[in-house]
Amino acid sequence: MKLFSLLSTLVIALTLPLHAADLSEQLAKLNAVGPEGKGNPEAATAWNEITQGNAATILPVLTAMDGASPLSMNWLRTAAEAILEKEKKAGSTLPSEELQAFLLNRENDPQARYLAYDFLSGINPDETAALVPDMVDDPSPPLRRVAVAALIAQGRSQLETPEKAATTLQAALDAARDVDQIDEIAKLLREDLQKSVDLPTQFGFLMRWHLIAPFDNTDREGFDRVYPPEEKVDLNAVHEGKDGKEVRWETYATSDDYGMVDFNQPFSPLKQVVGYAYTEFQSEGEQQVELRLGCKNAWKIWLNGELLFGRDEYHRGIRIDQYVLPVTLKPGRNTILVKACQNEQEQDWTVQWEFQLRVCDSTGAAVLSTDRQPTPEPEEKARRRSAE
Amino acid sequence: MRFPIFCLSILAVASTARADWLNFRGPQGSGYAKEMQSLPRSLSDESISWKVPLPGRGLSSPVIVGDKLFVTAASGPEQKQLHILCFDRNSGEPLWERRFWATGRTMSHKKTSVAAPTPASDGDRIYALYSSNDLVCVDLDGNLVWMRGLTLDYPNASNSLGMASSPIIAGDTLVAQIENDSESFAAGFDLLTGENKWKLDRPKAANWTSPTVLKVGDDEVVALQSSKGVLGVVPATGSSIFNFGKGASTIPSSVASGNRLYVPSNGLTVLTIKDDGSEPAEVWNESTQRPGTASPLVIEDTVYLLNNAGVLTASNIDTGERLWRIRLNGPFSGSPVAGSDPFLYIFNEAGIGQVVDLTGDEGSIVSELDLGETILSTASLSDGAIYVRSDNSLWKLANP
Repeated sequence: MKLFSLLSTLVIALTLPLHAADLSEQLAKLNAVGPEGKGNPEAATAWNEITQGNAATILPVLTAMDGASPLSMNWLRTAAEAILEKEKKAGSTLPSEELQAFLLNRENDPQARYLAYDFLSGINPDETAALVPDMVDDPSPPLRRVAVAALIAQGRSQLETPEKAATTLQAALDAARDVDQIDEIAKLLREDLQKSVDLPTQFGFLMRWHLIAPFDNTDREGFDRVYPPEEKVDLNAVHEGKDGKEVRWETYATSDDYGMVDFNQPFSPLKQVVGYAYTEFQSEGEQQVELRLGCKNAWKIWLNGELLFGRDEYHRGIRIDQYVLPVTLKPGRNTILVKACQNEQEQDWTVQWEFQLRVCDSTGAAVLSTDRQPTPEPEEKARRRSAE
Repeated sequence: MRFPIFCLSILAVASTARADWLNFRGPQGSGYAKEMQSLPRSLSDESISWKVPLPGRGLSSPVIVGDKLFVTAASGPEQKQLHILCFDRNSGEPLWERRFWATGRTMSHKKTSVAAPTPASDGDRIYALYSSNDLVCVDLDGNLVWMRGLTLDYPNASNSLGMASSPIIAGDTLVAQIENDSESFAAGFDLLTGENKWKLDRPKAANWTSPTVLKVGDDEVVALQSSKGVLGVVPATGSSIFNFGKGASTIPSSVASGNRLYVPSNGLTVLTIKDDGSEPAEVWNESTQRPGTASPLVIEDTVYLLNNAGVLTASNIDTGERLWRIRLNGPFSGSPVAGSDPFLYIFNEAGIGQVVDLTGDEGSIVSELDLGETILSTASLSDGAIYVRSDNSLWKLANP
């Protein structure tokens, strides 16, 4: 399919005012922008040349998004939109058929395909809308979102026939990847149709952990300080914690819909402290996934002993998928260690000492550990016992 | 040590001469444009010249260059789509739009928006910064000149409540404060390429204030405010010129007038910046005059402060003596602005625009206009008109 796409682009390119080789060269300049402004002047010159092109230039620009960096995506997007805007004003014939073929080819870049959809919606709204239902399993998250929105609307309209509505909304839930849509569907299923929804599994939140705390974080110095769990996780070890007190690993299970791991539950609300959470994830094979973290405390995270990222911001807010960390899981056992630091603030909105972590693919679909246990029941919440 | 001589760009001079509204709070970020004439002395439904819808929310103010008006917005799930929109400022006709995918974090408090910072212009180009730390330069026709993803370059530079500091142009440098609890910095960017001219580490603390341009003699100095105080830097190099270290607010910004800087610090502290490189001299401090979210406004010999209770206070700029105070119809997220006529304009969060007559022994609200939509922004002024944006719309208000 990729080869077909490239050949199509080549054929289209032959009809362009810019020679195909020239266009390819200019597009390469948009794809060459880099860190700290690198390549901006060359890209600006190329952008001006590309946007002189006619409607047939749009497809090669969208095709050039394959593998483009986030910055280059914007150079390409604005070029495609500028050409479309110009050609629309000029009353030119727009390449509807080519755009539709590009949209329907799932091998093309997901965001580029959404742009094609967006362009088509402005050209042939009814024909484009007819394509939406088939996008419900689309690998492009924004296209899938459009289809899920249609299913939600359909489910809402069926609420007076609960079985129909439940079927539609369950299909919507199965397809949904965006947090706001999943929340909306779960609310309808639970509150309007009295159906159960296992949100933690839907999202892929990690629910079962080992926790150890408190270590010292006076003057916020604990963020940089290396405590024993960062050197080696030994669930049977006893360490010296804050004020010289002994600390041990404890098992912890959360039943929170959004996988919140709350250090305040087992350890009581504390200030100027550091806690660690450890879990293991069994991967079916080597795979690219994303660890998506939400945390309003300073934090660090390690995968298989490798520090992925850390951030020393306190109490500015938390949300699902606040931080997205692309990683590669190895086959079998993978270890995950999270460090969560609590600071000295005393306001009531600074009590939280918690995080939430899920494993998913780049579209937001949950990736589950092969030994994932059932979601803990509420009565299991915050069980505190010695790790054995 | 005397200041180095700075070359003011021809562009900046030309822009000033056109009396455009080029950045947050207009000329030098002061909120006061003494060359702006024939502004409405009252507001009514007849004052609405036009109203146009916007595709997304934003707290940014319109920027005006010639007959064109530019405004930013953010839309879509998690505000990941960024917009720069250009309108004919006379008719409200949409001229062009550029859309971008945010490359940095878009999380913010629900009250604010990814499109919180106001763009800046040098009269030839628009420089739009977003809370996601995307920094985009387009020319007046929407042609992309450069783009930076500052979170791609500096991954811990973000604020989960949202960033809001607006960039400003001084000489041939765009200055932006990307200040937060973690990877906190200020930088000067080349206007034509977007490359760093300089980058300074800044206090690790959330900061929503905007840089202010201060004229000292013939030279321009950029004042960078933070919780630690105010640092004055040479815009072209980032070299330090002065440092005021007694702390300052992280929400309302300082305002410059002449060689004085009015700093929201321990209430309000007024500094004189000398051109001999010495530390700023404190002219007066008044701890009871504490600006709220709105930044101070200086008009001739009076400084106006709006506190969080909606009380507008007028004080003598030389002594700090309170002249009068009145209660406006708050609460306010935006700041007041004024033109040559002695009227102050401000919109409250409910969308009620208020015109305050500053001519009498004490100020008085002479008219109110309820626009009926949430307004968290500061208005912009140009040629007899007030331009203001709400969560959903953009208005031009002028004499009927």
